[in-house]
This record gives sequence, C-alpha cells and structure tokens, in this order.
Amino acid sequence: MIPESLELQVVTPERQMVREEVHEVQVPGRNGYLGILPGHAPLLSELQTGELSYRKGTRWSYLSIFWGFVEVLPGRVTILAETGERGEEIDVARARQAQKRSEERLQHVGDPKVDFDRAQVALQRALIRLQVAGKAGHTVAAGHQAEEPTHAP
Amino acid sequence: MPTLIDFRRRIRSVKNTQKITRAMKLVSAAKLRRAQERVFNARPYAGQMLTVLRSLAQRTEAHAHPLLVKRPEKRILVLVLSGDKGLCGPFNTNVLRLAERFLAARTNGAQPQLIAIGKKSRDYFRRRQRELVAEHVNLFLRGVDYSNAKEVAAHVIDLYRTEQVDAVYLIYNEFKSVLAQRLITEKLLPIEGVLPTRTEGDLAVPEKEATGKEEAEETQVDYLYEQPPAELFGRLLPRHVEVQIFRALLESNAAEHAARMTAMDAATTNASEMIDRLTLHMNKVRQAQITRELIEIVSGAAAL
Repeated sequence: MIPESLELQVVTPERQMVREEVHEVQVPGRNGYLGILPGHAPLLSELQTGELSYRKGTRWSYLSIFWGFVEVLPGRVTILAETGERGEEIDVARARQAQKRSEERLQHVGDPKVDFDRAQVALQRALIRLQVAGKAGHTVAAGHQAEEPTHAP
Repeated sequence: MPTLIDFRRRIRSVKNTQKITRAMKLVSAAKLRRAQERVFNARPYAGQMLTVLRSLAQRTEAHAHPLLVKRPEKRILVLVLSGDKGLCGPFNTNVLRLAERFLAARTNGAQPQLIAIGKKSRDYFRRRQRELVAEHVNLFLRGVDYSNAKEVAAHVIDLYRTEQVDAVYLIYNEFKSVLAQRLITEKLLPIEGVLPTRTEGDLAVPEKEATGKEEAEETQVDYLYEQPPAELFGRLLPRHVEVQIFRALLESNAAEHAARMTAMDAATTNASEMIDRLTLHMNKVRQAQITRELIEIVSGAAAL
C-alpha cells in the first residue's frame, strides 16, 4: 500500500528547519533534481547546492540548501544539509551583492589573486538564493511545477 | 582597629562587586539558554549522520577509508577546548588539568601535538612553552559557527591523512546540566566503528557508547544509490568529523556559560554574607565608640 504523505525532515547542524507531513519533495541530487513522492523506494544520495522544494496540498515551499544528503525511507524523507535557508529568510540585497562580487571576480580568469573555485561556488550560492527567494511564498497549483522529472517507482 | 569610615568604604566596595557578579550571572543565564538550545538543535543532525554512516558502513569496504585506518599511536594530536574568558569557576582549570594528565599518561612515542581552542587553553600551553600546531581563539566570544568546526576539521583531517599524526583526541567540557559539567576525552580519529569511544573523567574507565541510541532496524534497509556507496561514505566521513567538533564546541560553550552562572551565583551569595558580617562589625564598632564617648563624658563630669 502506498502511503498518502511523507514525513519530511530537514536538519542542519544549527537547527531543525522542517518537520512536516508533505505530499511531494524535490531535491537537488548530485546528478540532477529528484522528485520524491510517497512510496518512493529507499534511496540515499548526496545533494548539491540547490533548491529544495516541497508540496503540502497545493502549496509549495522553497528552501535553499548547500551540500547535504538525503535519505528516503517509505513514508519518510530526511535531509541533512550543511546550511539551509527558507525562501522568506533570504536576504535578497546581500545575495545580489554576493552575485555581483563573484561575477566581477570571475571576469579576471587567470589572475593568481582570484580564487576561481571559491568565486564560482559563491556565485552559485548567490544565484540559488535569489532563485529561491523569488519563488518563496508563491502558491502554484500542483502539477504546474513539475518541470523536473519525478520518478516514483 | 578599623574605624567606622573604613567599614563603610569596605561595604560599599563589596556592594559594587556584588552588583557586577549579579549582572554577570544574569547575562550568563541568558546566554546559557541560547547555547543550550543550540546544543539540542544540533543533536538531530549528528544522530542522523550516525545512522546513515552506520548503514553505509555495513555494505561498503569501510575499512579501506583513510579516516578509519588504525595505526599504532606513536604521534598523537590533542585538541583542548577551553573557554575564552575566565571567571567561570573551575571550568577552565578542570579541562586543562585533565589535558595535562592525559598528556602525562602518553609519554611513550613522540611528544603529543596540541591544538588549543579557546584563549585560556592557548595561554596555558604558551606559558608552559608548549608548541601548538594551531590555535583558535575568540571563537566563543564571537559565537560558535559551523564554519569554525569545518576549519578545525579540515586541518585535523589533513594531518591525519598525511600521516603526521596517528590519532586525534578531543578534550572538552560536556554540558551535563546547569550545575554540572562533565569532562570528556573523545577519540576523533581514527573514526572507530563509526562511533566515538568515550572515556569519562578519569582516563581509564571506558564508557558504553553514549550517543548510539539509534534504532538498529533502520540500518537494514536496502537503498538505491545515486552514486557508489563507497564514494558516498567517503564524502560523509569528513562531515562526521566536522559534526563531532561542532558538537564539542557547542557543548563546551554551553558548559562554560553554565559554569559561569553557577560561579557568579555563588559569588553573589558570598558578597551578601560578607556585607552582613561587615555590617555587624560596623555596628559593634559604632556602639563601642558611643559607649566610650559616654564614659568619657560621665567620668569628666564625675571629676568636677
């Protein structure tokens, strides 16, 4: 029997961010986004920097997470992220600044003073933050959101 | 014989000190509450990490990973966590004494290397001319952050990987309750059975795993993997070390505030007692003075 909902837990070392019954979860897996519906087979995967979204009824919520991993068990999804922010909490102005700063740095390819990898990571984070902040709080009808492949077994 | 004025001055000074200790107590109490919350908040993460690691360890060639390899402990590295500030009772002294004993018990092999976390720990070892591999100070003053733990972990892992050290220990105060701290010596590396072995207070007594309360049935689940389990395992182990250090930082931080609160509470009580005693003395002196003056007047009158 397939359960109706999933218990989603998102924890970071600083706090427990989410503990809720949800109906669908999308996570930034290492090889691309994964959709998880109730009854998904047990799965373990590393997560990359990206957007984590979950649906409760028709309401989507968004989080940005930076590295983590996900454990899917029947009826339960546990996500351990190194850092995470809710869409509503994101400081948009700061993220914009970070974006600008890292983009500037990335202009100077080959400059030994610029830590290229770091700038790239910072840019990625800033973009994800902005993306998540943009979506935060929006209510989208279920189904419209499924641009990423969802593969429930 | 101190005069009345001396007593008054003394009492005023004690009262001022009492005001300070009382204020410090209140501040510590507020900080403690926050610190305690962070300790509790960090627990689910550490717990989940352990569950997953253990389930992975069962189906991978766990022993192959460099962080799990046991070597004869010739060169060890010890991380000593103290506070950044004093005035917190025996908090710093205790942890430093334990560290000293731990080091003394490890005289075979090369001299243990040290990493000091917290200003008191750094100052202590510096005074004793001990060489420090690294020092991390003021991180409690600025507020413990996960990035602190990451930084320390990266350094430690690097030393271990390159075989500059054969084992890494962590010595810190654990927050047990507001009134009591517990001294912990924990082996950080090599990661043992994906569970830290703990030794409490006295170096000898090995304790049963205090953190391992996770259900065993969950480790039996067969997962789908996005990537080879061994690789995932390898990626998780360093995080595990980070989490251990982070937890120790938070524990120590909470324990410090608890210790300071208790110490300042005791100091405030002592100040009250002292004020009472001084007031009593002062009144005796005053009475004696009045009596003497009366006698002088009476005997003066009698002489007429």
